[in-house]
Amino acid sequence: MAKVLMKGNEAIAESAIRAGGLCYFCYPITPQSEVAEYLSWRMPEVGGSFLQAESEVAVANMLYGAAGAGVRVWTTSSSPGISLMQEGLSYIAAAELPAVVVNIVRCGPGLGGILPSQCDYLQATKGGGHGDYRCLVYGPSSVQEAVDLMPLAFDRADRYRNPVIVVGDGMIGQMMEPVEFRRYEFPPLPSKDWATTGCKGRKPNVVNSLYLDPAKEEQLNIRMAQKYEKMKREEVRYEEFWTDRPYRVLLVAYGTTARICKTAIQKLAEQGIEAALLRPISLFPFPEEKVYELGQRAEWVMSVEMSMGQMLEDVRLAMGRTKPVYFYGRTGGMVPSPDEVVEAVKLHLERK
Amino acid sequence: MKTVFRRPESLANVATHYCPGCTHGVIHRLIAEAIDELGLRERTVGIAPVGCSVLAFNYFNFDFQEAAHGRAPAVATGIKRGRPDLIVFTYQGDGDLASIGMAEIVHAANRGEKFTVVFVNNAIYGMTGGQMAPTTMPGQVTTTSPAGRDVNLVGYPIRMCELLASLRTPGFIERVAVHHPKYIARAKRAIKQAFKYQAENRCFSFVECLSTCPTNWGLSPLKACKWLEENMMPYYPVKNFKTPEEVGSNSQALATDEPRRPSAAPVREPAARNHGEASHAG
Repeated sequence: MAKVLMKGNEAIAESAIRAGGLCYFCYPITPQSEVAEYLSWRMPEVGGSFLQAESEVAVANMLYGAAGAGVRVWTTSSSPGISLMQEGLSYIAAAELPAVVVNIVRCGPGLGGILPSQCDYLQATKGGGHGDYRCLVYGPSSVQEAVDLMPLAFDRADRYRNPVIVVGDGMIGQMMEPVEFRRYEFPPLPSKDWATTGCKGRKPNVVNSLYLDPAKEEQLNIRMAQKYEKMKREEVRYEEFWTDRPYRVLLVAYGTTARICKTAIQKLAEQGIEAALLRPISLFPFPEEKVYELGQRAEWVMSVEMSMGQMLEDVRLAMGRTKPVYFYGRTGGMVPSPDEVVEAVKLHLERK
Repeated sequence: MKTVFRRPESLANVATHYCPGCTHGVIHRLIAEAIDELGLRERTVGIAPVGCSVLAFNYFNFDFQEAAHGRAPAVATGIKRGRPDLIVFTYQGDGDLASIGMAEIVHAANRGEKFTVVFVNNAIYGMTGGQMAPTTMPGQVTTTSPAGRDVNLVGYPIRMCELLASLRTPGFIERVAVHHPKYIARAKRAIKQAFKYQAENRCFSFVECLSTCPTNWGLSPLKACKWLEENMMPYYPVKNFKTPEEVGSNSQALATDEPRRPSAAPVREPAARNHGEASHAG
């Protein structure tokens, strides 16, 4: 299929439909309302279900109900709305239901602002709601990658029976880029024989997260932890940039910030400073072994983010005390320029 | 030998955890009977709330989902929108439905979601140990209103049927009581009618059951029934508030109730949209 020019939010919507995400619940919030606007007319065309709910709290619980009934279901929102969804996401994780949630992150905390940010990294990757759970988290850095990750997100949600979060900063949602909707092939999925689809010919199914017996609750927690360990073994995704040549500095950045870092690395090369980039695509599981491996070949490592330093904690965990780990970030909706990143790198080189 | 009384197939053959004299058991049975009689068991999904009936999924013999506190109408909406062929009902107490879940129930009703709500009103929080509910009666003593509910501080009890019946969207709304066989027979009819409307894909249906809580009221089961009749029934009248037929039969009376449709630009008839490449999925 030929490439088309589409806004990130609309491309995400179209990709989800093509991936069979035909049940969508939402509540408007900037900067991702275009997803809902697009789907409000597109869903009826493809025989899907679109509903604008009364709140994000309700949306997350609608996801729970539909997912529990075996329906491929998803939503999109932005930071304050995602906070409201955490109740439902915790229940979805606990009941081991598949659902896809796209967070077009804006700056915060509180009402914050509507400009791009990466300040929800910790919320997305460390659980977010109450209880001992993790979501599988992807961080696309282009509209095309967001399009490509949606079918994967639906597949992995079903395969792991776990919520999958796609974290795009406001830039990914709002910018227009050429995209191609490809055909994605996945191995067959196990049947959803646990879903509440009516008990004809079988014993009743119960979708539940209540365990009054501590031994059973612990068993659930252990089973879920095993699932996350499997993700760490099998679902790590990343991109390497200029790691095939010698480098003094390893940058770690995801999403929009990674694109800025690539330009910065090219500018640094012009000044005779060798740097490389590791771009995590899966934020949970975090590519910790790759960060360590590539980090050992550098003098030091720097996490570059649109936050005050969130992924930084994972980079530090990965590196241990083996090499210095520095941070550069802009926040509040400020997007770092390549020159700022260049200066930040040079500052640390001069300090040494 | 002729069988005159047996356990409905929709009811699980287990003992419940409910207190002696509690009316949850009566309501469970009425639901099970209605579903059996309408032949809906094999495509029914119940939604259990948070409250005394949090374990309701153990007491019925069909599919169930356990919802977060107050969110059962959102969960039911999700199921019904994704799988309109299923029969879905929520089973909610007064704290769940009238307090924390107020937004969810009002909007589900207003959208005319085609599921059934069984609302159990016993004027108190049961499972958490007898705290004041939005439906607690004026002057009623609870663990968080030890001097009796003071309406000057916390307002009057909320009447959910009256509140929901004020919505324009057609629906079936009825209040019943389950403390006495005479009322139980009427409750059965209302619950069955509610499921029938859903099975016919007619409308949102809502049945409020006035119920007792002998344990947290601090009364014997018999005295609790008397307390319900003397204190709750005058404030919460047992009657039908809304039927889907109403709109057709009383169209004259409701004429002014019809909101005017704006005639200017923002109104659009459904039309095909041109969206180029993206028009064909897959």
